[in-house]
Amino acid sequence: MGRALRLKRLRAEVRGIAAAGKDPAAVLPFGLDAIDARLASGGLADAGVHEAAAATQSYSDDAAATLFLAGIAGRRAGRRGTVLWVVARRDLFAPGLAQAGLAPGQLLVAEAERDADVLAVMEEGLRHGALAAVVGEVGRAGLTETRRLQLAAEEGGTMALLLHRWRKGDPLAEPSSALTRWRIGSAPSASLPVPGVGRSRWQVELARQRGGPGFSLLLEACDAQGRLALPALPSHRPDQADRTGERRAA
Amino acid sequence: MATVHRARQRVVLAAVCRNAAAMGLTPGMPLTQARAMVPGLDVRDADPDGDGALLQRIGRFAARRITPLVALSGTDGLWLDLTGAAHLHGGEHRLGAGLLRFCAKLGLEARIAMASNGAAADALARHGPERLTLCSEGEEEAALAPLPVAALRLDQSAANGMRRLGLERIGEMAAVPRGPLVRRFGRDVLLKLDQAFGHAAEPIDPIIPRDAPAAALRFAEPIGGAETIARAIGDLLDDLIERLREAGLGVRALLLLCDRVDRQQQRVEIGAARATRDKAHLLRLLGRRIETIDPGFGIDAMRLVAARAEPLGAAVVAGDLAASAPTADIAQLIDLIAGRIGTQHLYRLSAVESDVPERSVRRIAPLDMPVPWPDSWPRPPRLLSRPEPIDHVVAELPDAPPRRFTWRGRTHHLVKGDGPERIYGEWWKRSGERDAVRDYFRVEDESGARFWLFRRGDGEDSRTGDLSWWMQGGCG
Repeated sequence: MGRALRLKRLRAEVRGIAAAGKDPAAVLPFGLDAIDARLASGGLADAGVHEAAAATQSYSDDAAATLFLAGIAGRRAGRRGTVLWVVARRDLFAPGLAQAGLAPGQLLVAEAERDADVLAVMEEGLRHGALAAVVGEVGRAGLTETRRLQLAAEEGGTMALLLHRWRKGDPLAEPSSALTRWRIGSAPSASLPVPGVGRSRWQVELARQRGGPGFSLLLEACDAQGRLALPALPSHRPDQADRTGERRAA
Repeated sequence: MATVHRARQRVVLAAVCRNAAAMGLTPGMPLTQARAMVPGLDVRDADPDGDGALLQRIGRFAARRITPLVALSGTDGLWLDLTGAAHLHGGEHRLGAGLLRFCAKLGLEARIAMASNGAAADALARHGPERLTLCSEGEEEAALAPLPVAALRLDQSAANGMRRLGLERIGEMAAVPRGPLVRRFGRDVLLKLDQAFGHAAEPIDPIIPRDAPAAALRFAEPIGGAETIARAIGDLLDDLIERLREAGLGVRALLLLCDRVDRQQQRVEIGAARATRDKAHLLRLLGRRIETIDPGFGIDAMRLVAARAEPLGAAVVAGDLAASAPTADIAQLIDLIAGRIGTQHLYRLSAVESDVPERSVRRIAPLDMPVPWPDSWPRPPRLLSRPEPIDHVVAELPDAPPRRFTWRGRTHHLVKGDGPERIYGEWWKRSGERDAVRDYFRVEDESGARFWLFRRGDGEDSRTGDLSWWMQGGCG
């Protein structure tokens, strides 16, 4: 028993040293109990790697995963922070990101051609410590690459968000040392009383997290502040029916 | 009009204006002959000193405004090394056109050529067919082939010898076996040819603004190792930073010139997003480029020049002790990343006053403040800058959202749709868009996938478009 306690203390000490004085336990909550309560640390760790990928090869799912990360990055940046977005293809459209909570004043874009260059620029941005978050678009990043990113993120106290873009097969099939791995797919939006498309909904799946089980949720897409929400009318989901009123207000 | 100067015992024409040239006058012609050909010729004395001073002034202007590396080419030309500078002025073509306009305002009739090396640009500018010639890398041989041999800046006897052999054009000369050419005219001729084709390097001697702070080191023994070079750079930086501090300046562009024992010059340029004289930062930026320096048989002199410097005073330290810990400066990070991927690949995105989605975004420098987009209809986060055509579209005219379409081999049955959002063509940019209309729809299919589509034309008037459908983005 005493040995286990000592080990635990030692681990905490090592974590503290690795995080170079920054609070290693700082997290960015989603502000939704349904998610935060199921995340092992109560939110996304500030100094850590988080991965997201589209659920299918569809362009719409790709866009959903992009907006999911844009919302997180925008909320992490707050009003004055800067987010570095490292792209490999040139199809990022900033007006769309601005509508998901990542304003142009917070966004700095870097273009790199190959995955290796994207990862190198990300590491540079993470180590420096002046950025709020670094988003990188890669086709493939394995255990070694994500481990390097994790070390860089801890060194600079910066959040690393890795967007896997589909090339061949499931991009999350490969092992990685990211703290959380998300899979985002678009889902039918709420029916409106008039013809038209309602607020987008996503099937958000936490494929893996360190220190906890995964889960899957139907959520409403990021609003202009980058906040997700629970769907308004989940009458077929009794476990959430009693909370919908306050979620809608949030 | 013509200007004249005295060559030995004769008075000959130094330069002629366009009208005079059209009447058959050429520089080097005796004045008496010219007077005989054109009786009312307006003759002035040439002023080589004044011309030289004007050229120097234009060169200095270019060194301040366009690129730090400017050199004189003969008595009537300038070389501008645009490596990594053209995009800052809107690309090579716009830069060239702008320079022509600038010279026209000064009353000068300029000729400009841009090529991957100085010799080719010189030849094309002086002898090319157009006033503005752009020659991309690898096309020098084709572009230079029709030019006269004199365009290679050969000395007079070699040029005359070529003419006697019947070699008039550079293309003909390049086709001749090299051995006999060297035996007859010496190595110099082939060196000039190689320089023009980009096979041999030609260092230029830049006119840097006279007051640019610089530091220099000469070595008793040539150096070549990376660590030695790094140490030398450290010493140079100490020296330069001391000078900058005295002058109250910080560097924006730093130029490291390494003279090799074989008289070749190696050059490293770095830029800073904001004026700085932080030694650690500059050392890190330069240190990454050490591997690009080819020391050859050794470097015997190094020079560090602050090619662009800006006033930099002391920084204010926040007086509020309770304020949060100072955050690291983002300008340094920008330099580090720009040094790795190139300045043009790091930018912010800002709004342009245009409703056409592809044109509504422009790139600005990383430290500039972007303008946000007006609050409008939902926009997708992913945009195909070249819209892709979609087929088998079923939609009611004129303005109902489509019910079905096929894109990239998949058929989507749509259940919901928003639109149309009508965007008109910008006739003030392209006359072809005078009547053009795009009707945008945001649609959702059975599985929940959302797309941003548009139709060319308003569905009523055929002048507004051909009713074809296009995919522009994924909405997520």
